[in-house]
Amino acid sequence: MSGPVVRIENLSVSFATDAGTVRAVDDVSLQVGAGEVLAVVGESGSGKTVTSKTILGLLPSTATTRGAVVLTSKDGSSEHDVVSLRGGALRQVRGRDAAMVFQEPSTALNPVFTVGWQIIEGLRAHRKLGRQAARAAAIDILRRVGIPDPEHRIDQYPHEFSGGQKQRIVIAQALVLDPGVIVADEPTTALDVTVQAEILDLLRRCRDEFGTAIVLITHNMGVVADLADRVAVMYQGEIVEQAPVRQLFSAPAHEYTRRLLDAVPRIGTGTAHAEARAAARPADWAASTPVVEAADLEIVYPGRFRRPGFRAVDGVSLAIRPGEVLGLVGESGSGKTTIGRAIAGLTPVSGGSLRVLGTEMNGVRERTFRPIRRRIGFVFQDPATSFNPLLTIAQCVAEPLIVHGRARTVDEARSTVDDLLESVQLPRSYGDRFPHELSGGQRQRASLARALALDPELLIADEPTSALDVSVQARVLELFAELQESLGFACLFISHDLAVVDLLADRIAVLHHGRLVEEGTGAQVLGAPREDYTRRLLASLPVPDPAEQERRREEWRALA
Amino acid sequence: MTSTTLDPTTVDVPKSGPPKRSGGGLGRYILIRFLLIIPTVFILVTTVFFLMRATGDPITAAQGGRLPADQLAERIHAAGYDRPILTQYVEYLGDLFRGDLGTTLSDSRPVTEVLTTFGTATLELAFYALIVAFLVGIPLGLVAAYFRDKVPDALLRVFAIACYATPVFFAGLLLKLIFAVQLDWLPVAGRASNRSELAMRRLDHPTGIYLIDALRTGNGEIVADVLQHAVLPAIALGLLTAGVFLRLVRTNVIGTLGSGYVEAARSRGVRESRLLRKHAYRPALIPIITVVGMQVAMLLVGAVLTETTFEWRGLGFQLSQYLQARDFVAVQGIVVMLAIVVALSNFVVDVIAALIDPRVRY
Amino acid sequence: MRWNKLPVVHQLRQSVGLQRGMLVAGLILTGIFLLAALFAPLLAPYGYGQLRSPDTGLFGATQPPSSEHLLGTTVGGYDVLSRVIWGSRTALLVIVIAVTASLFIGVLLGLVSGYFGGWLDRVLVVIADAVYAFPSLLLAIVLAIVISGGQSSMIGGVLAAALSITVVFTPQYFRVVRAETVRVKAEAFVESARVIGAGHRRIMFRHVLRNATRTLPLIITLNASEAILTLAGLGFLGFGIEATAAAEWGYDLNKAISDVSSGVWWTATFPGIAIVLVVLGMTLVGESLNDLADPRLRTRRRAAEVSGDTASTAQTSVVPGGALPGHAAELEGGAR
Repeated sequence: MSGPVVRIENLSVSFATDAGTVRAVDDVSLQVGAGEVLAVVGESGSGKTVTSKTILGLLPSTATTRGAVVLTSKDGSSEHDVVSLRGGALRQVRGRDAAMVFQEPSTALNPVFTVGWQIIEGLRAHRKLGRQAARAAAIDILRRVGIPDPEHRIDQYPHEFSGGQKQRIVIAQALVLDPGVIVADEPTTALDVTVQAEILDLLRRCRDEFGTAIVLITHNMGVVADLADRVAVMYQGEIVEQAPVRQLFSAPAHEYTRRLLDAVPRIGTGTAHAEARAAARPADWAASTPVVEAADLEIVYPGRFRRPGFRAVDGVSLAIRPGEVLGLVGESGSGKTTIGRAIAGLTPVSGGSLRVLGTEMNGVRERTFRPIRRRIGFVFQDPATSFNPLLTIAQCVAEPLIVHGRARTVDEARSTVDDLLESVQLPRSYGDRFPHELSGGQRQRASLARALALDPELLIADEPTSALDVSVQARVLELFAELQESLGFACLFISHDLAVVDLLADRIAVLHHGRLVEEGTGAQVLGAPREDYTRRLLASLPVPDPAEQERRREEWRALA
Repeated sequence: MTSTTLDPTTVDVPKSGPPKRSGGGLGRYILIRFLLIIPTVFILVTTVFFLMRATGDPITAAQGGRLPADQLAERIHAAGYDRPILTQYVEYLGDLFRGDLGTTLSDSRPVTEVLTTFGTATLELAFYALIVAFLVGIPLGLVAAYFRDKVPDALLRVFAIACYATPVFFAGLLLKLIFAVQLDWLPVAGRASNRSELAMRRLDHPTGIYLIDALRTGNGEIVADVLQHAVLPAIALGLLTAGVFLRLVRTNVIGTLGSGYVEAARSRGVRESRLLRKHAYRPALIPIITVVGMQVAMLLVGAVLTETTFEWRGLGFQLSQYLQARDFVAVQGIVVMLAIVVALSNFVVDVIAALIDPRVRY
Repeated sequence: MRWNKLPVVHQLRQSVGLQRGMLVAGLILTGIFLLAALFAPLLAPYGYGQLRSPDTGLFGATQPPSSEHLLGTTVGGYDVLSRVIWGSRTALLVIVIAVTASLFIGVLLGLVSGYFGGWLDRVLVVIADAVYAFPSLLLAIVLAIVISGGQSSMIGGVLAAALSITVVFTPQYFRVVRAETVRVKAEAFVESARVIGAGHRRIMFRHVLRNATRTLPLIITLNASEAILTLAGLGFLGFGIEATAAAEWGYDLNKAISDVSSGVWWTATFPGIAIVLVVLGMTLVGESLNDLADPRLRTRRRAAEVSGDTASTAQTSVVPGGALPGHAAELEGGAR
């Protein structure tokens, strides 16, 4: 192997923000060898995205950079320090020596030009190429990244492709220039887990077939284990550890790396816990009236102008008994969130039956349902938007108490609010803060406090941790389990992450395109899945263990 | 002036049509969008009718005080203005449907004839103004976006704001004062000199669009004369709209320049100037086109004022004449006509926007 | 609420460089306008309808600027400077009435319409769209005819202008607030209030209203400037207020059309400049507010040197490596 294709030396980057100057990257040095996959791992604010953007000189003008980022062209003939390059020289390096794959394929493609046009544009920016030759090259690259019927589809617009296909096209745009290194910034974060597996496979082929080195920016340890050769762990702008992938997972050297790895939920850890809970239940428990019972539940979003509506939930039957946690898993568009919303009375039921705490939701009136609401708590996905930005945390948490007459004013409710905050391990003084003054994890705890204010019998948690960093997620999940244990509410836990669901749920239900695919205990569904879809879902999920993941990859290939 | 000075990205563009998803396609969209003109025009016609009648009948308004009471009553009866208002309304709608807008009180001409005679002049002025607006507004908007937050940008933005902070009639008066009165480079008022007008009137079937008529005479002097008369009104009216365009292009191009696909193209080594021209400009064009539709309303209002300033004998000039004469039949006719033109042009613009945007959103 | 959190003051502190210059210039122009309107009797050398002074008798028509009449006199024999200053009073009065009325009606209708939806919403939207599409000055003309019959007393003229502007602007507020309400209504914090069981009134006024009206300061400044332009347009077309009743810039410009052709420049120029400066000032304020509210358009200082404390980003986090609050999110487009 020749020398490194990327050499980052003592890189520091600062940003001017409204709150003053912030140092995002602090004295970082990295090297990426030819044909190597280097994963840069970190949580939000670690500086990994900023580092990756520096490689192509894509930082905004509010950034100040010090240090060097040296790119070597693929044939080794030239070297450039991107930090000092400007204008035309920088443009030549971009795309030719290093190319980028973005997180959101839907925004990385210009909606008003065909995909072929966009691929050819990159080609022609670097090479003198005739119209025919450029088109042929574009068709060829589309075929190689796995777009079927490229001769025809080259003339289509981005919106005519699925999310996974769009990401393939973005990768094709990078590959067609035959760069020495591809910087992939969270390339699978916006995608479903089954699509993620395909994209990771494609990136692996980029390295194997094109000899391209990859700088993989990610927060997902499973993705790292699947693809990386070497790993650099970033924390608060610094690299705390660099190691070959197997060594990093088997013997993490830095304290932060260990914490990070410990925080990653792993499939199978919840099984014993669930079995113990099941064993502790009284014998007649199975006969008790379910808190939620759906029979042939059907939810259709009406179409406009007499067009057929969208059938989000189609003939789903399930039950949640008192004190039980049901995990609902599925990919985007599976209808999992819709079911949660229907139980909370946010989305009308259009067919079948859904009984919530003894009330039939099909055709229910808000007036009838309002008294029931005090017995239901709801935790929303995005902690950033689930609080009114103009009210303090105490005002928000006190709201259910005031609405249901437990207190007349916020001050009157304050002692209860303080207790609630304490129970979710937030200091009392946080009640006087505004939502934006809290971190994501803290906001989600406050959200939990609000949901539990009236001591509900049923809690609906809609992806409560998917917007959080993995270490924060671990703490919130732990807190969640403790509270569930002590308060004993029944819970519908909705998530796209099998491992998270496994950690908490007594039983797991798998949804696919609005239908219930499989339901059972964690041991049944995850240990011995009966349905093909569940198997595929399970096999697509990368686990944070390189050796194990290699084995699972073969399984996944066999299924696909 | 309409609200076009608001940021197009924060103001929701009139989504008269429902958000259309795939299926049905463009043809269906155009049909639905076309049908939506009907309630719009109906509401406007109704509102204007009842508002104008709320003050009393047009004859009293025009003749009030000058005629003895019995003669006035006789005239009102003859014109049918003493019947119940709803009867008059239904009759008015019927007449309107047949294309009859009544007869002016001050000079006893059919309103439709007034519209066809003077409409062409307004059309011609609006056309010149749009050309000025496009030629000035769009390139300068791109320049401002390119030099974002640098001195050229600041100067251009102040220029844009000054453009629409200046009432067209004041801009017109200033231009007249400087270029016509002080420097004597261009004519003070009118659409053409008397000699040219006579020459054009001698054509068989003059179109009323002076530039076309002047070209048809084949006389270069007449063409030059007509164009000279158009320069100042076109600039006065065009700059107003140019200011809006400039700002709109700048805001939208800056918005799209910050989008993911521009960064993606930049990461492939595409030139900055090309990013601006291709990637940022075209997606930015969609909201711009929509706002251009709303500009038609602004342009017509501006035309009314500009025509008065420059004695450009178009609908606006006539409108202010009829307003002075308190001839509300004529005023109502012209107002309704202009409203219909605005509704139609909004429709056309929505269709163009749907054609530019390949997403099957429409 | 601390003073530096107030709108405008907050934005002024936030602004940098050229953007700040534009905002400050706008604020100064607007301030001068407000002062002129409030202290017109003290500032103006003569009354708006004054034709003669006790010492020298009649002013005389179209007198060029002199020490007696700094900006000259009009065809009607009024002092131009005095009428320009008094004119700011009429303009301010119209702005205040028009903006207050349309704000109140528009916000209320927009909130109710957007929140409840249904057939009422659909009808209101069609009407608002129709009025919105209507050329505003034409509508103002029609309404001026209705309200004052073209007569021009002070109160009648001001009310005619103000009310017609109200009718023109109400749909704008309606549309903006309605669109915001529809957006805010779908936000998680409103849904969470619904899940809790809060009533419609509580949700609408405690959760939706203030969150849906954040852009209003901007719209108010922009509409205030449009109000002046509409008022001037009405005056220019002969629907202004008679010179004896009040001073109005558009009316003066209308009377000055013929002056221009004969080379009398001062009667048109000064009222015109007054309009331009006031509108310019308010628009500058409005546009700056708009830019500062939109992170894509806001200018930030560039960090002078690589510096800053990395730990400061994690100040509120009790969890190591916790998600960052606020601004830091835009540095890290990466992890979800």
